Amino acid sequence: MDDLSSLIAGFQVALSWHNIGFMAVGVILGIIVGVLPGLGGPNGVAILLPLTFGMDPTSAIILLSSIYWGALFGGAITSILFNIPGEAWSVATTFDGYPMAVQGKAAEALTAAFTASFIGALSGVVLITFVAPLVAQFALRFGPAEFFAVFLLTFCSFIGMGRENRAKIIASLCIGFLLAAVGLDSISGDLRMTFGSTELMRGFDFLIVVIGLFGVSEILLTVEEGLVFKGKQAKIDLKVVLRTWAGLPRYWATLVRSAIVGMWMGVTPGGAIAASFMGYGLAKRFSKRGRNFGKGEIEGVLAPETAAHAAGTSALLPMLALGIPGSATAAVLLGGLLVWGLQPGPMLFVEQKDFVWGLIASMYLGNLAGLIIVLATVPLFAAIMRIPFSFVAPVILIVCAIGAYTISNSIFDIWLMLIFGVVGYVFKKLDYPLAPMILALVLGDRAEDAFRQALLGSGGSLSVFWANGLVGTLVVLALLLLCWGPAGDAIAALRGRGRQDPETAEATR
Amino acid sequence: MSSPSEIEAPERGISRRPVEITTALLLIGLAGVVLYDSHGRGAGWDGGPQNGFFPARVGWIFLAASLFILWQSFRRPDGVFVTYEQLRQVVRVLGPLILFVALIGPLGIYVASAVFIIAFMAVVGTSRWWSIGLTALLVPIACFWVFELQFRVPLPKGPLEAMLGY
Repeated sequence: MDDLSSLIAGFQVALSWHNIGFMAVGVILGIIVGVLPGLGGPNGVAILLPLTFGMDPTSAIILLSSIYWGALFGGAITSILFNIPGEAWSVATTFDGYPMAVQGKAAEALTAAFTASFIGALSGVVLITFVAPLVAQFALRFGPAEFFAVFLLTFCSFIGMGRENRAKIIASLCIGFLLAAVGLDSISGDLRMTFGSTELMRGFDFLIVVIGLFGVSEILLTVEEGLVFKGKQAKIDLKVVLRTWAGLPRYWATLVRSAIVGMWMGVTPGGAIAASFMGYGLAKRFSKRGRNFGKGEIEGVLAPETAAHAAGTSALLPMLALGIPGSATAAVLLGGLLVWGLQPGPMLFVEQKDFVWGLIASMYLGNLAGLIIVLATVPLFAAIMRIPFSFVAPVILIVCAIGAYTISNSIFDIWLMLIFGVVGYVFKKLDYPLAPMILALVLGDRAEDAFRQALLGSGGSLSVFWANGLVGTLVVLALLLLCWGPAGDAIAALRGRGRQDPETAEATR
Repeated sequence: MSSPSEIEAPERGISRRPVEITTALLLIGLAGVVLYDSHGRGAGWDGGPQNGFFPARVGWIFLAASLFILWQSFRRPDGVFVTYEQLRQVVRVLGPLILFVALIGPLGIYVASAVFIIAFMAVVGTSRWWSIGLTALLVPIACFWVFELQFRVPLPKGPLEAMLGY
C-alpha cells in the first residue's frame, strides 16, 4: 500500500506539462534513433546525455528513458518494412514481420508489433513497480561481499546465457574491466595503466566507447551493404488497428508466455536479444500454427516483440534496485544517474523517493505515449528511411562527434571515438559481443571497490564470499548460471541434433 | 551474423582466419601489457589489496580467454571476413571521416562538418552538386543553432567563427 501511494505521488511528478513534453520529445527522438542505422538505444542516449547535465534529474531521466522506449518501438518499423533490424533485439521480428509486409499486411504487422511491445513493456513496468522496492529493501542488508557477489552473478549470467562464443564474451568483459581501471585509482589515488600519457589520466569515458562501438561501427557495417534501402510502404488507419486488436485475445497464451520469458531474461542480464529469440522459439514450438512461422504469421511478430520489450523494460529493475544494469542502454542510463549525483542502488529508494517513483510512473505514461505516437506517425518514420543514406550518414557521424566532444570538451575524445568505431566494426564482424564490454566498463570501478573492500574486511581471505548464507547463495547462483550455458550445450549435443528441425535451430540460435 | 549471400557467392575478399588470429594476438599483447603494468606497480597484498591486484587478476583471465580464442581460430572453418567491394564502401566512409576529425582542431567543428559532407557525398557520388552544397551549408548552420545558440554547448570553433565574432 505504501508503494501504491508512492506511485501515485510519482504520477503527480511525471504528469506535469513539463515532463509530458519531455516524454513526447523523448519518444519521437527515440523512434528516429531506433529507425536510423547507426543510432541505437545506447548510442542515442549516450549522445544526448551531456545535454541533460544541466537539467533536473527527474526530467532528464524521463527524457532519456523515453528515448529508450521510442528506440524499442522504432526497431520494429525497420524490421517489418525494410527487413533491416534497427536493433539487435528486433532480428527475430524480421522472420515473420517482413513476410507479412511482402504480403501487403504491413499495417497489421506493425500494429501487432507495437501492441505486443506495449504489452511486454507494461508487464515489465508492473514487475518493477511491485518487485523493485522489495529487492531494494532486501539489498539494504548487503555489504561489499554481497555486492560483489551480485556483480559476479551479473557477469556470470552474461557468460552462461550468452549466445555468442563464450571465450569472446569473457574477453569482451575483461576489456571492459581493464578500460575501467585505466586512470586514477579511486582508493589508492595512484595512476594505473596510463604509461605516462596525460590524456589517459582521465580514463576512458564509457560514453565515448558507447558512441564509437555502437554508433560509428554501425554506420561502417551499414554502408558495407551499399547506400540504398528498399522497403515496403505502410499506412496505418484506425480500422486496421481495431481489427488487429480484436484478433489479439486469441493469442493470449503466446503473449503471456513471451512476457514471462522476457521479464525473466531482463532481470537476469541475459538481455532483450536472447529473450526475443527465446520468445519466438517457444511460440513456434507451442503454437498450433507453428509450421507457418517464418512465412508471415502474426504470432511470430507478437512473440519476439513482447519478449524483447518485457526484457528491455525489466532490465531497469536491477539498475534501479541494485545499481546493476541489465542491458547496454540501462548501463548508459546508470552512468547518467552517476553524473547527476545520484547513487544507484538500494539507497535510491530511500533517499530519492520522488525521483524513483517519478521515473516508474513515467514508464507507464511513456509507453502509452509511445504506442499512440508510433501508431500515428509510422508513415513519417518510414519516410526517414527513404532519405538517401549519403545524406543521413554524415549527419549521424557529425552528431556522434559532437556527442563525443561535449562529454569533456576534448578533441582527443573524438579520435578515441573513431578508434573504438573501427574496433567495434572488427569485433562485430568477428562476433565479439559488445554489450558485456559496456557493462563491465560502467560497473568495473564499483565491482573492483566492492571486491577490495570485501577482501580488506576479511584480511585477504576469499572465504568472505561464502561466509554467510546470503553471499554463499549468490555465489552458488552465479556459478550455476555460469555453467548453465555449457551444460545446456552438452545436453543438447547428447540428445542429438536430429530431433530439432534446422529452422528452429536457426531461430533459437 | 552472416547473411546467406556471403556463403553462396564466392566473392573475393579478406578471409576471416588471419583477422581472427591478428585480433587474438593483439588481445594477448594487450593482456601482456596489463599484466606487466599491474605486476610492476604491485599486484599483491600490502596491508590490503594493492592497486594492481584486481586488474592483474582480470588480466590473467583475459590472457587465458584470448589464448583460447587464438586456439579456436585455427580450428574453425575459414570464411570471408569482408569482401573487397564491402571494404571499398567502408573506406569511402572512413576516409572522409578521418579527414573530418583531423580538421576539427584547426578549422573548428562547423567548417570541418561542411568539408566532411562535401567530401563524403562527392566520394559516394550519387548526389547532384547543388544538393551537396545545400547540405554542406545547412547542416552545420542547423548544428550551430541547436548547440551554440539553444543548448549553449561550446563546440570547437576555428578562424571562420572568430571572424564572425563568436
